[in-house]
Amino acid sequence: MTNTFSRRSFLHAAGAGAAGLALAGCAPTNEIRKPLGRVIVVGGGYGGATAARYLRRWSGGAVQVFLIDREPTFVSCPISNLVIGGSRSMDYITRSRAKLRDEGIQVIQDTVTGIDRDKRAVKLTKIQDLPYDRLVMSPGIDFMFDQIPGLNNADAQKQILHAWRAGPDTLALRKQLESMPDGGVFVIAIPRAPYRCPPGPYERICQVAHYFKTAKPRSKVIVLDANEDVVSKAALFKAAWNNLYKGIIEYRNNAEAKDVSVSDRTVVTDFDKVKGDVLNVIPPMRAADIARTAGLITANNRWCGVDWQTTRSVADPNIHVLGDATLSAALMPKSGHMANQQAKVAAAAIINSLSGLPTNPDPVMNNTCYSFVSDSEVVHVASVHRWDHEKKALLTVPGSGGVSAQASRLEADFALSWAQNIWTDMLG
Amino acid sequence: MRRLFATALLAVAPGFVLAQGVDQHLGRNLAAICANCHGTDGRSVGGMSSLAGMPRQQIVDRMREFRDGKRPATIMHQLAKGYTEQQVEAVATFFAAQKP
Repeated sequence: MTNTFSRRSFLHAAGAGAAGLALAGCAPTNEIRKPLGRVIVVGGGYGGATAARYLRRWSGGAVQVFLIDREPTFVSCPISNLVIGGSRSMDYITRSRAKLRDEGIQVIQDTVTGIDRDKRAVKLTKIQDLPYDRLVMSPGIDFMFDQIPGLNNADAQKQILHAWRAGPDTLALRKQLESMPDGGVFVIAIPRAPYRCPPGPYERICQVAHYFKTAKPRSKVIVLDANEDVVSKAALFKAAWNNLYKGIIEYRNNAEAKDVSVSDRTVVTDFDKVKGDVLNVIPPMRAADIARTAGLITANNRWCGVDWQTTRSVADPNIHVLGDATLSAALMPKSGHMANQQAKVAAAAIINSLSGLPTNPDPVMNNTCYSFVSDSEVVHVASVHRWDHEKKALLTVPGSGGVSAQASRLEADFALSWAQNIWTDMLG
Repeated sequence: MRRLFATALLAVAPGFVLAQGVDQHLGRNLAAICANCHGTDGRSVGGMSSLAGMPRQQIVDRMREFRDGKRPATIMHQLAKGYTEQQVEAVATFFAAQKP
């Protein structure tokens, strides 16, 4: 706690009055403290908020940073499955972006309606166009509801939730589970990879099963997985289902949700119609609409291609794209942790570029992803990725990475510590 | 303010002088990838250990022990294998210079 206090009081001191002046007073070098330009960051999640904060910190205030998000507060997808399982509250996963303001970042709550790439300006609804020197797009994902016709309308989406963007739907899904009578059936449909958070659906299955086991023991979970097998940490999840939730979970592979019926409460696959009391259908996803509007989607009509040495868009050298919206490098998961790592590569590359310095040729990123298999036991997957000059690609380092030996309480402590540290790392 | 002073010293520390083709912020950039679990600049706000101010050699030794399987770990033995000796030394130099 001492650390927290001293850090906060420092920020407070820097934020009071002219933060820029306070920082400039301690400036050790002149070259980096000169105004370097303006960077606008679209999307205040794991990628965007981290990019905004590190651009500001690493430039010593020399980069003017705008962070735009349509939501007033940050709600974390990681840990949100625990809200659905009932062991954590919405408050726990909700964080303010106010401290970023104290650090000199202009935080704007608005919807971006377009990017004028020729004029290098962001179009907004409440204020006039904002020009930029560099743009960071970290817009996340949107859902391909057209792939599931019965779900392709607002009314259906209110009743059959995906809850794959943390917020009101997270709590709404929890309420549906609470209202379900004992003996009911929860059906979860998982899209074909790639999608946001590869282990997320399997963690959610554990959380719902944990709730059923403790509160509604006659209830069942039916899993309709579009994939051939569990996409991430397969052995660990299957061990949890066997050891902790025997008889509760029925897993069906190669069972892609093709349609739903709201009135019948059914999910339709090629082979079956599966009825449930609570349906949780996670549609296929692609980069968010604003990335499409901006012409940044370059792969399979779904994802934004980037040069992973810098995170620069392959469509526009003045734009960097981060996070789940990107066409991932090999074995790189769409995770919040990864977006945070990408944001730091972006921040370093942008500051060097604006300073006229060469880009760091050897970026390194890592991924650590913890999943709760109950309310108190956790498993992880980890990897390290570095730039390969020969193959001109970001690749995992041979021999590194791996998964947990088994689920443990110790890793639950680490998972929650990870959450506290990464939320502070991105939001102050 | 003292933290900024430490950063100022770092910028002129011998290991960080801009050499031909070497990014002067290599240590800073590499250390930043540890922040997700160990806190910004190594100052942890959770139960994970803080790395800020830890002696350079201690960090280097621990990373070697993790890498070689000589120190019990849940995850660090897997991550430690992903970095070169040089990268570990750059990270350790950065964290050692941070105010705890």
